[in-house]
Amino acid sequence: MSALAGIRICDFTGQLAGAGATKWLASFGAEVIRIEDPVRQGRWDILRGLDPFVDDRRGIDMGGGFNNHNTDKRGITLNLRTDKGKELLAELVKRSDVVTENFAAGVLESWGFGYERLKELKRDIIYVSNCGFGHRGPYNRFKTWGPIVQAVSGLTFASGLPDQPPAGWGYSYMDHTGGYYMAMAILLALIHRKRTGEGQWVDLACTDAALTLHGPALLDWTVNGRSARGPGKPNSNRNQWPVMSPHGIYPCSGDDEWVAIACRDDADWRKFAAVVDLPWCRDAQYASLDGRAADQDRLDEFVGAWTRERSKFDVQSALRDARVPVAAVLRPQERIDVDPSTGDFGLWPTVTHTKMGRVRVDGQPVHFSRTDWKIERGAPCLSEHTEEVLTSLLGLSRDDVAALRAEGAI
Amino acid sequence: MSVLNGMRVLELSNERIAFAGKLLGDMGADVVLIEPPGGDPARSYPPFLDDQPGEDRSLYWWHYNTSKRGVVLDLDDARDRERFVALVRSADVLLEAESPQRLKSLGLDYDTLKTLKPDLIHVAVTPFGCNDPKSALPATDLTVLAGGGPVWSCGYDDHSLPPVRGGGNQAYHLASHFAVMSTLTAILYRLDSGEGQFIDVSMHAAANVTTEAASYGWLVAKQTVQRQTGRHAAVGPSSETQTLCDDGRYVNTGVPPRTPTEFARQYAWLKELDLVDAFPEAVFLEMGANWEGPFDLSQIGRDDTITAVFGAGREALKVLAGTLSAYDFFVGCQQRGLPVGVIYAPDEAYEDPHFKARGFQVELTHDDLGRTFRYPGAPYQLPASPWQLSRRAPKLGEHDDEIFGGG
Repeated sequence: MSALAGIRICDFTGQLAGAGATKWLASFGAEVIRIEDPVRQGRWDILRGLDPFVDDRRGIDMGGGFNNHNTDKRGITLNLRTDKGKELLAELVKRSDVVTENFAAGVLESWGFGYERLKELKRDIIYVSNCGFGHRGPYNRFKTWGPIVQAVSGLTFASGLPDQPPAGWGYSYMDHTGGYYMAMAILLALIHRKRTGEGQWVDLACTDAALTLHGPALLDWTVNGRSARGPGKPNSNRNQWPVMSPHGIYPCSGDDEWVAIACRDDADWRKFAAVVDLPWCRDAQYASLDGRAADQDRLDEFVGAWTRERSKFDVQSALRDARVPVAAVLRPQERIDVDPSTGDFGLWPTVTHTKMGRVRVDGQPVHFSRTDWKIERGAPCLSEHTEEVLTSLLGLSRDDVAALRAEGAI
Repeated sequence: MSVLNGMRVLELSNERIAFAGKLLGDMGADVVLIEPPGGDPARSYPPFLDDQPGEDRSLYWWHYNTSKRGVVLDLDDARDRERFVALVRSADVLLEAESPQRLKSLGLDYDTLKTLKPDLIHVAVTPFGCNDPKSALPATDLTVLAGGGPVWSCGYDDHSLPPVRGGGNQAYHLASHFAVMSTLTAILYRLDSGEGQFIDVSMHAAANVTTEAASYGWLVAKQTVQRQTGRHAAVGPSSETQTLCDDGRYVNTGVPPRTPTEFARQYAWLKELDLVDAFPEAVFLEMGANWEGPFDLSQIGRDDTITAVFGAGREALKVLAGTLSAYDFFVGCQQRGLPVGVIYAPDEAYEDPHFKARGFQVELTHDDLGRTFRYPGAPYQLPASPWQLSRRAPKLGEHDDEIFGGG
């Protein structure tokens, strides 16, 4: 049994910020129908043709990221420049529960499918739009992608070391997380509709969602007037709320190998000191958290000198045995193919893609006892399900579909 | 009336899931936060009101526990366990992050609870999932992000510097996001079927699937990305994207100009600011502005003129940034169609006119202090069923009488 069986999504999303949201819904059994532009061959979603690739083949059906984010969705093409294409979309909206998109603000409306029109087509439709700055507000015409959202919302700034430029996030953390908020918004709106019969438009802005991820820092500003900007700030490998010490990412033997260690309190410190057992561990100043916190730069040097002589896995295992919070900084290969905890969790399901064949993808980091997720089918090739959807859902004949194709409507 | 009005969520207090409880409470759920005697340790986390530590002064606590009521229960005590069981009978969702064997040893695991409340949705958040013995080991935000993948991708071009943990408790937020997505999915199913279930959320797994191409680059093509300063980790080095502006703030310069229109706007902007003479490559921008036909980016590095025009566009961004404040550079570029971002501290973003206009600054009154404070606003706005901070964070045991009837 699927948790979301019977829910149909008319899905214009792409990239990751949108596609990630409908991937969650599809993996729990919602019927997600992805609509793409036949003229531009779906290239609005640039991931369609971007690396990584499974082999030497290239093209709009071969993008590895696209496959990862669009599992278990069906894909159709509609040419919304044509009246016929618009009619087909209208019919599809009438049969859908949710319309989703993450275009720049105003794009769907410019095609004649703004919220008012969607509501005319389906009284209780749920429309969730997701763009960087939202549809309202002075920056609603500004363009973003993940790194821009992260810059403007404080996430980039809050990740870094003292006397260095911002390190930021080495990927689009807010494309993932914007997708999570979009999924929550869709689910919330579905629950509301089930309880009241009412639809609505959720104007999601990725930057709003991102700014909520700094709560304590924002209250430190609004209540105490303290900015996160200042000399020596930030140092995000340390912990200020609460203070922990030592707390950092330390070098290990080998090339670019690191280990993270966090002593939460004096009890952790005593366990750590017992493992390391060097003269500096017995420094009276270090017996208390305040003492360690007051001398963190020097303490970090001591810790780093100790870790540098050891492999990250040796440090991890010694400190784990002592029950001190520790983690080797894992490379992709190590956490996917070596660390058994991800494979044992079933985190990397293999899907079947029509052209790529069998490919491993990101799974969901949860398991439901009754209605667990399933990720089985690869992303749709361009227009792969146009005929299937138009005949089964809209009741067209194969000849109708052939005629529509001939006139360039699909 | 908000979405989750009338639904009760029990939260066994734990910093890893506090944000999940807040997200559900802010959407109308009756979240009952259950703390042990003495209270949750996060009550003593800085920062503090007026920088003075003390009871109910932790701003950390304030933030993560809005829209919740609070009770104290000692689950090691038989009478309190009975009270807990009574609460479970009245609840729709149990949200907890206990060590995996803890509830079982108390006779309060899902198998027992479902006999008392068959349609309960029980969400358990653990470091590695409830069946992995490593979930009993201590873990923090740092260790989850380091072992789970995000840290590998974040940091600097200079690999003698350590990789960096992204700031702001993001491992806890990740766990909470998946806990909430799971809860809402299970609620929808329950509304149809009447059935509850147990949900196992792994923090380590959540981090692993929130690393973009670091994971799928390996899964698809066995590629390993390498961290770079302020931009995407990549298999091979890419061009820098951060530039220092005249006011000492950085900007992310995003994608440089690539079309004749963009070159023309950039050239005009240089002229406006009287910078053309100081920038000899401006002549290439002018060529780009007057380009006939498509500007073929695939010829960068092959065709000398195309390479020079593209390079001039990139360099011009630096020249402009060096002359302008980060904010003026950001707005100026965006008004000219270039996706650029000012790198704000969180508090600077909070005061930005755009976020203000969207209503992100929300006030909440602390009746006990007789003061009103500005809080962060909604992550999403559902006009028919609004997000709302319905109450300040609870004091320890504040709602014991209200919830247990004074008994």
